[in-house]
Amino acid sequence: MQPNLLIQFFLLIPLTGFIISLFIPSQKELFLSRVATVVSGLNLFFLLFFLTLWLWNGHPSLNIKEISVFRDSGYEFLIDLYFDKITALYLFVGALLTFLISIYSRYYLHRETGYKRFFNTILFFYSGYNVTVLSGNFETLFIGWEVLGISSFLLISFYRDRYLPSRNAVKVFSVYRIGDVGILLAMWASHHLWHENITFLKLNNYELVHEHLQGHSGIGIFISMMLLVAAAAKSAQLPFSSWLPRAMEGPTPSSAIFYGSLSVHFGVFLLLRTFPFWEHQWIVRIIIGLLGFATSIVAISISRVQSSIKTQIAYASIAQIGLIFIEIALGLENIALLHFAGNAFLRTYQLLISPSVITYLIREQFYNYKPRITTTGNSFLKRLEYTFYLLNVREWDLDTFTNKIIFTPLKRLGRKLDFLTYRNVFYFILPTYAFCFFLFATSRHIPEQISQYLPSVFSFTGLLMVLKSFSERKYPRLAWLLVIFNHLWTVLAISFNEKFSFSHSLIYLSGIIISGIAGFICLQKLKNAEPHFFDLNQYYGHVYEYPKLAFIFLLCCLGLMGFPITLSFIGEDLLYSHIHEDQFFLAFFNSLSFIMGGIALIRTYARLFLGPHIKTYHETAIKTG
Amino acid sequence: MATQADSSEEKIIHLLKHYLPSQFPLKDFIHHNTLHAFQHDPFHIALHKASELFGYKTYLRLDEYRQLFKDGRISVEVLKKIISEKKGEATIDQWFSILLNKTVDTIIHSRIGKVRNEWKNFYKFNLSKQTHPILFRIIGNYIDQGIAIQPFPVADKGFLESIRVLEKTGSLGLFKNTRAKALLFSSSCEINKLLQIILGDESLFEHYLFDQQFEHPGWSGMVSVLEDNPGTLLDRRNISLKDFILFELLLEIDALDSKFGENWLPLGMRMRTKSIGLFAELCENELYDIFTLWHEAFEWSYYDHILTGLQYTTRQRNHENNKTFQGIFCLDDRGCSLRRYLEKTDKNCETYATAGFFNVEFYFQPKGGKFYTKLCPAPLTPTFIIKEESIKDKRDKDVHFSKQTHGLVAGWVITQTIGFWSALKLLKNIFRPSLSSAMSYSFHHMDKNASLTIENKNPNDKIDGLQVGFTIEEMADRIEGLLKSIGLVNHFAPLVYIVGHGASSANNTYYAGYDCGACSGRPGSVNARVAAYMANNIKVRELLKLRGINIPKTSQFLGALQDTTRDEIEFYDEYILSAENEKNHEANKHIFLNSLTSNAKERARRFVLMDNKKAAEEVHKEIKLRSVSLFEPRPEYNHATNSLCIIGRREVSSHLFLDRRSFLNSYDYRIDPEGKYLLGILKAVAPVCGGINLEYYFSRVDNQRLGAGSKLPHNVMGLIGVTNGADGDLRTGLPQQMIEIHDPLRLLVIVEHFPELLLDVIRQHEPTYEWFNNNWIHLIAIHPENKTFYHFKDGCFTIYKPSQQTLKSLDDIEKIIESESENIEPILLK
Repeated sequence: MQPNLLIQFFLLIPLTGFIISLFIPSQKELFLSRVATVVSGLNLFFLLFFLTLWLWNGHPSLNIKEISVFRDSGYEFLIDLYFDKITALYLFVGALLTFLISIYSRYYLHRETGYKRFFNTILFFYSGYNVTVLSGNFETLFIGWEVLGISSFLLISFYRDRYLPSRNAVKVFSVYRIGDVGILLAMWASHHLWHENITFLKLNNYELVHEHLQGHSGIGIFISMMLLVAAAAKSAQLPFSSWLPRAMEGPTPSSAIFYGSLSVHFGVFLLLRTFPFWEHQWIVRIIIGLLGFATSIVAISISRVQSSIKTQIAYASIAQIGLIFIEIALGLENIALLHFAGNAFLRTYQLLISPSVITYLIREQFYNYKPRITTTGNSFLKRLEYTFYLLNVREWDLDTFTNKIIFTPLKRLGRKLDFLTYRNVFYFILPTYAFCFFLFATSRHIPEQISQYLPSVFSFTGLLMVLKSFSERKYPRLAWLLVIFNHLWTVLAISFNEKFSFSHSLIYLSGIIISGIAGFICLQKLKNAEPHFFDLNQYYGHVYEYPKLAFIFLLCCLGLMGFPITLSFIGEDLLYSHIHEDQFFLAFFNSLSFIMGGIALIRTYARLFLGPHIKTYHETAIKTG
Repeated sequence: MATQADSSEEKIIHLLKHYLPSQFPLKDFIHHNTLHAFQHDPFHIALHKASELFGYKTYLRLDEYRQLFKDGRISVEVLKKIISEKKGEATIDQWFSILLNKTVDTIIHSRIGKVRNEWKNFYKFNLSKQTHPILFRIIGNYIDQGIAIQPFPVADKGFLESIRVLEKTGSLGLFKNTRAKALLFSSSCEINKLLQIILGDESLFEHYLFDQQFEHPGWSGMVSVLEDNPGTLLDRRNISLKDFILFELLLEIDALDSKFGENWLPLGMRMRTKSIGLFAELCENELYDIFTLWHEAFEWSYYDHILTGLQYTTRQRNHENNKTFQGIFCLDDRGCSLRRYLEKTDKNCETYATAGFFNVEFYFQPKGGKFYTKLCPAPLTPTFIIKEESIKDKRDKDVHFSKQTHGLVAGWVITQTIGFWSALKLLKNIFRPSLSSAMSYSFHHMDKNASLTIENKNPNDKIDGLQVGFTIEEMADRIEGLLKSIGLVNHFAPLVYIVGHGASSANNTYYAGYDCGACSGRPGSVNARVAAYMANNIKVRELLKLRGINIPKTSQFLGALQDTTRDEIEFYDEYILSAENEKNHEANKHIFLNSLTSNAKERARRFVLMDNKKAAEEVHKEIKLRSVSLFEPRPEYNHATNSLCIIGRREVSSHLFLDRRSFLNSYDYRIDPEGKYLLGILKAVAPVCGGINLEYYFSRVDNQRLGAGSKLPHNVMGLIGVTNGADGDLRTGLPQQMIEIHDPLRLLVIVEHFPELLLDVIRQHEPTYEWFNNNWIHLIAIHPENKTFYHFKDGCFTIYKPSQQTLKSLDDIEKIIESESENIEPILLK
């Protein structure tokens, strides 16, 4: 029996299912849901079979030898799989819940216009889920991680003809993107720490980890902190918590498994997975524990004042995840795992039956009502009670907080480039870029004191482009071009850094150029067709009339943001490998460009194609509806 | 001066309350005309107005009408007839080309929002984005009936007063700047004064307030309903629309201060063009002529078919002395098929229908209940109470709804223990759905074995001013009214069943809308049982005898409840039956059960996912599963497709297959030559059936703004309503899953009586007359003697001749039921 072979099936089955589902006509409801049921059912069946064998063999940790996707001197992009008890439990919970939900949704989603989209996205999500759970190194994990982000965006904006789902989808995507930067920087730093693509299996090797961290404790803490940022974002820990209730915009079953259970426990997964790495960094463990503790307290207080059932469950779930963080920090892996599974099942079920709450609690109230006795007064306790009450109602201003410290300053920075318009962008940027390219070509003649700063300067210029794109209100095509320009600046910055590696740049740019051009054509088409409804000032909902164009444009956005559908994704990682250990600013600017670029693109897509349709010759929802 | 300002403020608030949605909290969901505010205008003018003022879509899309025409569902003859009636015969060709081919701009440009949108134009400021989230959260928490673990801290005061207490006592306020906070406590906290700060131009006040409130019509409407009907909340709240508006205005001032400092120029000072006013005269618009013609043609193509069918004479089935049983049902459109099956299975039975509270109006207090439930149509206010006396405690608990799961430590324990139990429960609910405590189950409304305090022994026996039970005299009045209005005054069968109805569903926030509308959205079991008790009472019968109704000693009444979702029936007080009747009852039970099974099969044809070619028993089993399945958003289709209401003897329509689309109200013109009972019936039919019909109509044509959208993402808010997601407005109207198969047709009421008398009757009651005169409901009189139709139009009755002459005629409709899932045209039953 070759167990490794079976493990690959856990990836191949959902992926095949996803691809098949794309080609099923949308009227074939039964076929669509069958695919999802069969895929998850088959996975569940295989898994149970495999688990039996695996347990019989004494549950060893398995590493599936890597598949090299790309190899070059000094760089390799490896797909690597890993299976241990964490994988086993996550796979099991994922397969079981996806299986149940796909049966549930077969009836629940019946006659819904987005029936096909729903099952496509579920299968896409499930594929990403399994990739992440089975990943054996950061690179593989990152692929899955990206898929989770996009599928979440698609599920939250499932009712794309309404304003709030569209806006919240962008919002949640932005938070996820912040988490992504954590992973990217952790990857970058760990390249330099290990000088290889470290597998999770090797992290279990105490001596190895210990040896590498010796003398590099700073970088060790840095990596751990970046992982924590990623984990906190995905698991809605402080200060990101407020995204979770806002993600409850899709049909109830999708909210139930994604935001109630599977998606939201990925922060937990990341911490469990990398635990051996930071196990001996006490300061990291203390920080994680404290973060979990603080989140639990804040989330539980907020959940107590929620008057809607789904937001109440969301915050209660966040609080439990905070406790799981504490458990992990304490090294109680088994309890954390048990807690994860229990929380996932409980919240899924609670969300699924949430519409019943009205029948149940009204009946309870009818039979058990006791009038409340309120006391007034100006005592200190009252003061405390009211203050906390309002603090909780305002969700501790977490939203305002993340906006104030992250997005508003970036937007302001972008506004500095407001003189750029679609018409004049070429006059400014092309000459500048040409000049810098000239600098690069003649860099041998530039004194080192200057040239060592140039990469950061260029990278910062690229970042500015992206920020302008992010804050652009008028010209979608400008926003688009600026993101392309950002990539060019990035390449220039990195090329400066080491000996010019044309092939690496080409790999990076290949996907960018193709999706850049294709996306531009899409925008041009839309502009020609809808000249009056073509800016970024509001949501236009063009997907109603141009669903195909919207889909192609979305693919272009994904390509341009370095999503793993083009080679640029590998190029992204490749580029990072060229950033030196001491070039913190370069890495930081690059990463910031990466997140903000993604957000700017999704924002462009959302504003043009999502939201209530601007042309009201058919039913459209009001903004708050 | 001050009084003038006050009165203008009051006027605006009054107007706002008139136009805002008036949907009750979901537990008291009652159908009503969604556009009730426009009811004083003729139908088509009102629809044009509603569209132009508030941006509602009020008809089907133009391409939908054109498609209906292509499919033959709008007939050429009828369309021609409508055009020539409305526009003159000469213009038929011209209008035909317009209707069929002209490219018309159908984009709705509404007036609402015009003034308030100027914040974006002049200040580049999204005001709502700042104010809405906190506004919705505060009002939601204030009204919340028991979702939040920690309730709103100050509740015994009014809304704004509670905010003041919070602001005064707490260290952290809702306002970020001093001005708004100072205004909250100052004497200038009046709508006009705040609007002066915001707008600076009095002529804009009305339009601005409408813009503001119609950005969240759900919340504002709920506040308005709660202000007028505080009793609809078990845990009452003291709230007024005025307070709510004041709070929103303060939030707006605060948001503007945060953004621009205190010295921004009022919006009205910056606007160059002034608003023409929300309610200014409408311009002529060809589009609405087009809609009117199409829509009328769509309606009359269907009505014409029905009227053709009604012309046929029915087979005589009256066997005066040989009746097995009689059944009195609710006039509900869902009852129409069950009655057909009963009559088919047993040729010697007779069925009647009337409003499902059976003319007994009272409050009901179940055993252990802390409140009373009203069991009669919403507009009535009973002065009686009936208590349930039982020893059984009928409530089960479910830990998943327990607040403990949201605690920190308790949650820690529960997730790791009960969490796994949830997985098993989920498994079970998906593969073996069954009844659970979280569901709404019609037979739980009343304990079958409990006794009821129906008879009043002492007039001083009162609870909260309500008399416990009815006196003999009061009982006799009610039974006399019941029997005379349906025309059952002689030839009583040995058994007379009074059958109420209710519904069962799981995971359904709209459960109240599925129960009996005539019982205020509750099952009709108590009413059926109470009415049967009264009719069996010997002293009542003695009084009835004096009033001309002689019920033989051998005849007994039996209450029952039909579950319209599960197609099950439960009989009450069977122990009273005589030995003879016990035997009869056993036989009748079989007839009921068989008919219910056939009924289930007929209903199943609408559920596309079900295979209804299977044997009826199999189909019935699946139908029952639907009602307990968490994942089933359509436990039944409720009133969808309703379009008719026939008031007359059963003979008028018993020969026709009406596809469960008709309300049926039994009425015998011979017993009521002066139309006394007819007036009572019409007074109830117009608002109840008309309300149901128009709510379906508007939820269907604009499911986003007048309906609740898809129910799949709904999030229960405060136990009073639903929102989409976390931050939205309360949704009103019906969800997509309830109306998707509904054809938006107005109700056609058909009355079997002389047209002159009918005209007299409807004129007696102005509100009822308005329904017909403004064409929100169509009215046809069937002349009882010669079966001529008279159509009520422009205040008088004119002869209507149906155009079609042939109708399909079938022995057995089972085949067609198995093969067709869309609407079925009327069929003559052989």
